[in-house]
Amino acid sequence: MTAGSSPPLDLAALIADPDTRIIVCCGAGGVGKTTMSAALALAAAQAGRQVVVMTIDPARRLAQSLGLERLDNTPRDVPAAAELTAASGGHLQAMMLDMKRTFDEIVEAHSEPARARQILENPFYQALSSSFAGTQEYMAMEKLGQLRETGNWDLIVVDTPPSRSALDFLDAPHRMSRFLDGTMIRLLSAPGRAGGRVYLKVVGAGLAIFGRIINKILGGQLLKDVSHFVGALDTMFGGFRQRAQATYDLLRQPGTAFLVVAAPEPDALREASYFVDRLSSDQMPLAGLVLNRVHPSTAPGLSAGRAEGAAENLSPGNSRNDVLAASLLLVHAQRSRTDAQEQRLARRFASAHPDVALRSVPAAAQDVHDLDALRQIGAHLTTPVPPLRKTKTRAKRASVRPTA
Amino acid sequence: MPTSPAWPAARLHVVTGKGGTGKTTVAAALALALAHGGRRVLLVEVEERQGIAQLFDTPPLPYEERRVAVAQGGGEVRALAIDVEAALLEYLEMFYNLKRAGRALRRMGAVDFATAIAPGLRDVLLTGKIKEAVTRQVKGARAYDAVVVDAPPTGRIARFLAVTEHVAGLAKGGPIKTQSDGVMAVLRSSQTAIHIVTVLEDMPVQETADAIAELRRIGLPVGSILVNMARQPLLPLNAMARAATGRLDSTAIAASLSHAGLDGESLAGPLLLEAADHAQGWQAQLACRARLKELNRLTYELPELQGPIDTGSLYELADVLTRAGIR
Repeated sequence: MTAGSSPPLDLAALIADPDTRIIVCCGAGGVGKTTMSAALALAAAQAGRQVVVMTIDPARRLAQSLGLERLDNTPRDVPAAAELTAASGGHLQAMMLDMKRTFDEIVEAHSEPARARQILENPFYQALSSSFAGTQEYMAMEKLGQLRETGNWDLIVVDTPPSRSALDFLDAPHRMSRFLDGTMIRLLSAPGRAGGRVYLKVVGAGLAIFGRIINKILGGQLLKDVSHFVGALDTMFGGFRQRAQATYDLLRQPGTAFLVVAAPEPDALREASYFVDRLSSDQMPLAGLVLNRVHPSTAPGLSAGRAEGAAENLSPGNSRNDVLAASLLLVHAQRSRTDAQEQRLARRFASAHPDVALRSVPAAAQDVHDLDALRQIGAHLTTPVPPLRKTKTRAKRASVRPTA
Repeated sequence: MPTSPAWPAARLHVVTGKGGTGKTTVAAALALALAHGGRRVLLVEVEERQGIAQLFDTPPLPYEERRVAVAQGGGEVRALAIDVEAALLEYLEMFYNLKRAGRALRRMGAVDFATAIAPGLRDVLLTGKIKEAVTRQVKGARAYDAVVVDAPPTGRIARFLAVTEHVAGLAKGGPIKTQSDGVMAVLRSSQTAIHIVTVLEDMPVQETADAIAELRRIGLPVGSILVNMARQPLLPLNAMARAATGRLDSTAIAASLSHAGLDGESLAGPLLLEAADHAQGWQAQLACRARLKELNRLTYELPELQGPIDTGSLYELADVLTRAGIR
C-alpha cells in the first residue's frame, strides 16, 4: 500500500550537503518553526557547517536558550554552541531581523547622505518602516540577499514570519515591478515634485481625477509626505527591485531548500498544504514537511478500547495499585487515540501530497529552555532515515489499526 | 471561576492569542456564548483564511454577513470574512460616493497598491469595517448586540489595532484623520475588550504577558485571559509527582495489569513512560497557571476536547463560557 506513506525526509543528508546553501522554514504560527530553525542550524554547525540563523521575532526564551540576552540585526556568535561545534570545525551565529534597521540601511546605502536624511525623517517613511504589516516580508527577503552576498556563511537558515503572509516575500519582486511600472508611482510622486497645473501636465489630465480622489481621501498633508517619500525613493527603488528579483531567483536555485513545518492538527496541516502548493506553483525547491510535536504511543499493541476495558475491570474498590494501574491505562487510552488521530492526519496529508518527504518530531513534555534542548531536537531531526523495512512496518501497522 | 464579566459594557470583543492556541475556535465559542438568550452577534474574520467557515462547516464566506449558527434562546451568530479589496471599494462608495471611480482605480492598479503595497492601509480598512459594524444602527437600534473579532495573533495585535492611530498621526487633517479618530475612539472606550487566548505552555503564557503589557502601554482595554485546551488530570493527584519522576512502583503496576488480564510484564514500562509524560505535562500546566494568576486578569478556562473540533465542540465550549458567567 503506497497511498498514505510518504518518502522519509533525510535532514542529516540535507544539512551535510555542501551544496545546500539556504534553508527556509515556513509554516503556520505556533508550530515551533523558530525553534526548528534554531535546532537545525545548531545541528548543521555540529556537522561542520558555517551557519547563520536568521529568526524573525523569536520568543525571548529562544534567544536565552542560545545563551544570548537578546538578538539584533547583526549576526552574533552563539558562545554556548562553540563547545558543541568545536570538534567538527563548524560555527554558529544567530540574528534577529530588525525590519526598520534593515530598511534604514538600504536607504543609507543607496542614497546621497542629504537625500537619505530626508527620507529617514519623512513621517510616512517612519511609519512604513517600523509599524506596518508586510514590510517584514520585504525586509526578510532583502536581508537574506545581503547575508548571501557577504559569503561569510556556507549555510543560511531562515525563519519566516508567523502567518500566511510568510510567503508574501515570494510576491515581493512582482509587486515591486507592478508598482514601479504602474501609473501609481507617477501619480504619487508627481505632487511632491510639482503642484497645480504642472501636476496636471506631469500625470496627464486623464489621471488628474485620481490625484483628486487620492487627495480627497488622504488629505493634502499626507499626500505630500507620501509623494515626497516616493519621489525620494524613486532612484533607489530600481535597485531594490533588482535585488528582490535576484533573491527570488536565488530561492529557486537547487542550493535552496524549503522546509514546511506543521503541528499534527487539522488547521496547521491545512496551512502546510497551502504552503506546499504555493511553493510548487512557484517552482521553489521543497525539501519536505516536518511534523512537529507528535505523540507516538509507547505501547502501540494495546488499543484504547482494550485499555479502557481493563481499567474498568480494575476499578473500583480494589487496592491502591489497582487504582493507579487503572489510571495508567486511561492515560494510555487517551494517548493512543491522540496518536491514531495524528497518524490519520499525516496519512491524509501524504495522500494529497504523495511526493512530499515527511519526518515527525515527538513532543517534548517541557518547553525549550537551553541549548541542550535545542541540541536534542536537532538530534531528532537528523537521526538517520529508517531503513526501508521499518517504514513498511509502520505503514502496515497504520493500515491494520482500526480508526478511532 | 469568576461569576460576572469584568467588561459589562463591552460590545466589541477582540480575540487574539499566539498562533496555535485555538484563537479562531475560542472566538467562535465566545460569539455563541454571547448570542445566548436571543442576542445578535457578528463574528468577524480578518485574515482571509476562511477559518470560520471551516469551523461552522459552511462553504467559504463571501463578503457579506451571513448566519452561521443559532444559539440557545433564539440568538444568532452571523459571520463576516472581510475581503480587503471589497472593503476598500465599499469605503470609497460609503464616504466619497466613488463607486465608479473605485472600479477605475482597480483598473489602474490603485486598489492593488492600497491593499498590498501600502500594507498599513489594509489594517486601516479592516479596523474601519469593524468599527462600522459595532456602531451600525438599524431603525434606531444597534444592528448587533456584540461583535467578536478573530484578530491577528498576539505578535501583531497592538500594531493591528493602533495602525489607525499611526495613520492619523501621518495625516494631520482630512477625512482619513477623522475616520481614524473615530476608530480609535471606539477601540479605546469601555465598549471594547481585548481578550487573549493562551494554552498552558511557557511560550504562549509569556506572549500573553507581553501582549497585556504592550496593550496597556498604548492604552488599549485588555479584557480577559481565555485559557484554551486545559488538560484534565488522569492520574490521582497524589501520584503526579512520583509519576513525573518515574518513581511509581513498576512491579506492583505490572502485577495489577496482569490481574486485569493484560501482559503486565511488558506493558508496565511503556505505560509508566506515558504516565511520566502526562504527569510532567500536568506539572508544567500548574506552573503556567500560577504565572497567569500573577497577571491579575479575569481568567476563563476551557477544557481540551478529545478528537477533532467540529460545530458541536463549539457549542460545548460556549456552554462552558456561559456557565462561567459570560453574557
